[in-house]
Amino acid sequence: MIPAPFSYRRADSVAEALDLITEYGDDGKFLAGGHSLLPLMKLRLAMPEVLIDLGPVRELSYIREEDGHIAIGALTRHHDLEHSELLARSVPLLAHAAGQVGDPQVRHRGTIGGSLAHSDPASDLPATVLALDATLMARGPAGLREIPAADFFQGLFETVLEPDELLTEIRVPVPAPDAAGWSFQKFTKRAIDWAIVGVAVQGRAVALVNMAGTPVRAAGVERALAAGAAPAEAAAHAAEGTSPGDDINASPAYREHLARVLVERALVEAQVV
Amino acid sequence: MVNGAPVAAEVEDRTLLVHFVRETAGLTATNVGCDTTSCGACTVLLDGESVKSCTVLAAQADGRQVTTVEGLAGPGGELHPMQRAFRAEHGLQCGFCTPGMVMASVSLLQENPHPTEAEVRAGLEGNLCRCTGYHNIVRAVLAAAELEVTGSAGPAEERAS
Amino acid sequence: MSILGTRVVRTEDPRLLTAGGTYTDDLRLPELARALRVTFVRSPVAHAEITGIDAKTALDSPGVVAVLTAADADDLPPAAGRPTTEPLLAADRVRYVGEPVAIVLTEDSYQGEDAAELVSVDYQPLAAVVGVDAALADESLLFPAAGSNVLRSGGDPAPDGAFAGCDVVVQRTFPNQRVAPVPLEVRAAAATWADGRLTLWASTQNAQQARDQVAGALGLDAAAVRVITPDVGGGFGAKIATDRDTIVVAWAARRLGRPLRWVETRNENLLGMVHGRAQRHTITIGGSRDGRILAYHLDIIQDSGAYPRGGTFLPGLTQLMASGVYDLAYCGAAFRSVLTTTTPIGAYRGAGRPEATAAIERAVDLFAAEIGMDPAEVRRRNVVAPEAFPYTTASGAVYDTGDYAAALDAVLAGAGYAGLRAEQARRRALSRQGQGGPAQLGIGLASYVEITAGDYSDGETSRVVVDATGAATVYTGSSPHGQGHQTAFAMLVTDQLGIPMDRITVIHGDTDQVPHGVGTYGSRSLQLGGTAVHQAAIQVKDQAREVAAGMIEASAADLELDTASGTWQVRGDPETALSWAAVAAQAGPDGLSAEVDFRAASPTFPFGAHLAVVEVDTQTGKATLIRHVTVDDAGKVLNPVLAEGQRHGGIAQGAAQALLEEVRYDAEGNPLTSTLADYAAITATELPSFELLAMETPTSVNALGVKGIGEAGTIGATPAVLNAVIDAVAHLGVRHIDMPATPQRIWAAINEAKGSV
Repeated sequence: MIPAPFSYRRADSVAEALDLITEYGDDGKFLAGGHSLLPLMKLRLAMPEVLIDLGPVRELSYIREEDGHIAIGALTRHHDLEHSELLARSVPLLAHAAGQVGDPQVRHRGTIGGSLAHSDPASDLPATVLALDATLMARGPAGLREIPAADFFQGLFETVLEPDELLTEIRVPVPAPDAAGWSFQKFTKRAIDWAIVGVAVQGRAVALVNMAGTPVRAAGVERALAAGAAPAEAAAHAAEGTSPGDDINASPAYREHLARVLVERALVEAQVV
Repeated sequence: MVNGAPVAAEVEDRTLLVHFVRETAGLTATNVGCDTTSCGACTVLLDGESVKSCTVLAAQADGRQVTTVEGLAGPGGELHPMQRAFRAEHGLQCGFCTPGMVMASVSLLQENPHPTEAEVRAGLEGNLCRCTGYHNIVRAVLAAAELEVTGSAGPAEERAS
Repeated sequence: MSILGTRVVRTEDPRLLTAGGTYTDDLRLPELARALRVTFVRSPVAHAEITGIDAKTALDSPGVVAVLTAADADDLPPAAGRPTTEPLLAADRVRYVGEPVAIVLTEDSYQGEDAAELVSVDYQPLAAVVGVDAALADESLLFPAAGSNVLRSGGDPAPDGAFAGCDVVVQRTFPNQRVAPVPLEVRAAAATWADGRLTLWASTQNAQQARDQVAGALGLDAAAVRVITPDVGGGFGAKIATDRDTIVVAWAARRLGRPLRWVETRNENLLGMVHGRAQRHTITIGGSRDGRILAYHLDIIQDSGAYPRGGTFLPGLTQLMASGVYDLAYCGAAFRSVLTTTTPIGAYRGAGRPEATAAIERAVDLFAAEIGMDPAEVRRRNVVAPEAFPYTTASGAVYDTGDYAAALDAVLAGAGYAGLRAEQARRRALSRQGQGGPAQLGIGLASYVEITAGDYSDGETSRVVVDATGAATVYTGSSPHGQGHQTAFAMLVTDQLGIPMDRITVIHGDTDQVPHGVGTYGSRSLQLGGTAVHQAAIQVKDQAREVAAGMIEASAADLELDTASGTWQVRGDPETALSWAAVAAQAGPDGLSAEVDFRAASPTFPFGAHLAVVEVDTQTGKATLIRHVTVDDAGKVLNPVLAEGQRHGGIAQGAAQALLEEVRYDAEGNPLTSTLADYAAITATELPSFELLAMETPTSVNALGVKGIGEAGTIGATPAVLNAVIDAVAHLGVRHIDMPATPQRIWAAINEAKGSV
């Protein structure tokens, strides 16, 4: 219920955040909205020695239209993504998916950067940025890195971020007119639950939530679509290359079935031709 | 600031905001109901937006405005429309979830002043109640939306005492 | 016009909505100012011998004042001496994950959590016993000295020939699964020991029983223990009296001579508070093809968990109510209670009766499906006729009043049954043509009767006092935890005495102020506690009449009480009017008072019918409850606001068991649902608004004509919702789905019926 003892430090800027993480090294961990990290710490599944609070780092909270993409500061909250008129116009998939995360209270705190850096394959946003072919910007002592979403997630709670790197921005390409169709299918027992299985579709890009140790693109589906298959036919490939888990909510066979059903529904809703 | 009054203290770094509110600020209406950010009994407003105070460090709220249910009523004790509506609609039984439920509902209406029933239910997905079955809570939030719009006395309180 | 039966909003609410309730962990009393915090060390394994406890490291942890184990409990009277007696702190053996083993006492609660992790306990694992089959195998015994894991048994199997005359016999085995009560307020206690007296604040439903239990456990006279009930954030049967954790806190306060306080975490609550239900049912139902049910037998195996708590009496209640609302030529039930290395089972909203109703209502639908008859029609043909009351069942229960057919007809009409069946048929027809969407409609029924105030002869106490200011105080043995007794009992007093509601105080839950009482469970409070209040108020009125007559020098027969103005006068002569204050002042220094211990002559049997409408997505298997229509007839309704609230809450918990909730363990006895992220407690998004229909069939068992309403909603809702889910996919060949009907279970049932994997 209570985290193990730790020291709290506050960063007012990106520069200060990087100084602090360099100072504390492996003992330090960034704290953004805290709604992925603090629950783990309260269960004592994570016990960092030092928390570096990024809350005051206002400079990383923005949603901006730039050259062909939307630039989103890593500390932008789910709530702000959900209600962004710019996103609703240009990348509605992301606005909608952000509105599916947790509950309203969670969305007032949680950030896109925090969620992505946490890398839980059952979360909604990792699969979403994967479907959007986003680029993640990370800043460290060695400078700025551009990481394609497809390379970012390594496993449960594991990304390619170095311990002294800070995710600063997510760049989401604005979908081309012929890839504007989108859908987000999140299957749960209760609305508040993590997805048992989820699907994010943008154009012909199809990404799966909770079908493997990381979010994955449904490559079999995408190949079928490229070859001209209709939604039902393409969706039959949804579970290929996945390794869904077995837990109290679902067996692997049931997850595979759900993936097929949800991919078909997503493709129909996105009106993928 | 908690309910408009400054509260300053030195606390352990790992102090949760809910414990700061309950112990340091001495406001015990906000309750702890779980360990996994699931139940919403600890919901308060942080700079006017609902948050689960069990998943916010007190340090993260430094310099910010916290509002609890104790801070909702007016200066002369006039009940906030949400409080009036919860009473009129029997939206509480044991009362334990109520402070968090009321604050979540206040935030919900601030962001969506004219919700449908479905939007109210979705907006309260993060708040558990075991006593009421949610039926009257939903009625209370919808009634409060009316009260805030019309500014009138709202649903008649038959035989209220 | 009487206030009884009218809608009165609660007097409790202004406080709860502004300052919040004062629950046990909210207490900020001077006597608790220096209280230490108690944190329990609990077993992480399901079954093991304890071979050593090392507290050295914990004792060095910041803020730790003491670590106590069973070895320190040398100041307690000897335990009951039965092999299955439950200890306070586990001594040689642990039998469920979460069982208390030691306590750490610290200056603050954060330190307690740190220090508890540092207490080192050596466990030698024993074979876990999970599930009733493992228990019955008796290979691993929880109590070797007891010789078996079977705690008790009762009843008989069906006699030979019981089903001989039946055209059709259906037998099926299914679970009534283990669930967790999940009151929003977890267990909490605070205790002080001073001048040879223990004061215990506890989140309980029964202060007086808690006092007696604690006194007995600590070897004290009851007079040496005071139990005070602060606000209680939900109980549902799981906070009846007290349990070992609270008794440990009381014991430790005496042992250390320091005030202590304790509040558990939700994880501890999901492991350490009693669980509910956990029965396995085998139903055998038989009858003729014209819809007449002739014979029914229910075999119950009760998973009791690790110790004999609810497991000893709950199946007896199930057995008692096994025949439900039906008039059956043969009805029998038998049960066995068995021990498993899991959390003990206790009473949970309905406590044995939801199980009975769930079993027979499932059986009736199975029978209906077998003979191809509408389940509403089967029920109609078999319910006890309204002329047959009082009706004695095969188990010996005597139903007082009821009209089961009327309740059924009311929900069918209220829901628009014919229209629902038509819509169901329309969707099925479309699906046969390969059209329409995947969502199929299911309509589920449950007719129920249940027993309330089952402990009617224990009665309930009340003392009503009117003082010289004209205010009234009601002392009651009843003990609310959300039910609104303050409002309800004040209504009873204002109805008799005409004293305004805002001048009536209701006091409960403090054994110094209410030394005798039973408390609140089993839906007993209004019929027993309320009748006691009502009778005491009448006695106060009678006393006042005499006093007032003396003051006016008139004959008591000429005196009347004007309840509208709350004044006494000679009939027709307002000049003689006397206020309650004046009469009470005249009565003496203690005002007017009357004390009643009301013992009813029998329990009462509320009844009803529920109709659930469910949509099942036949591709994903997900079921959504879209409508729920009920009749819950609990006799006369004192305050419809309160009655409706009880029905709503019960429906939600009932639907939750049908669709979502289940406590699960792995084969080693490790809990899989010990947080609210994993245990699927139902939220607002899974429920519709409910449609409650009114029906009041009074009872003659008490003067108020009231039965109990608190558990009815749960009893009716679970089978109605489950039956609806199965009905939604019956056209695909599904006859049954086990609870909870999760999406995966429904999907699997559809596949099985199709013949595919």
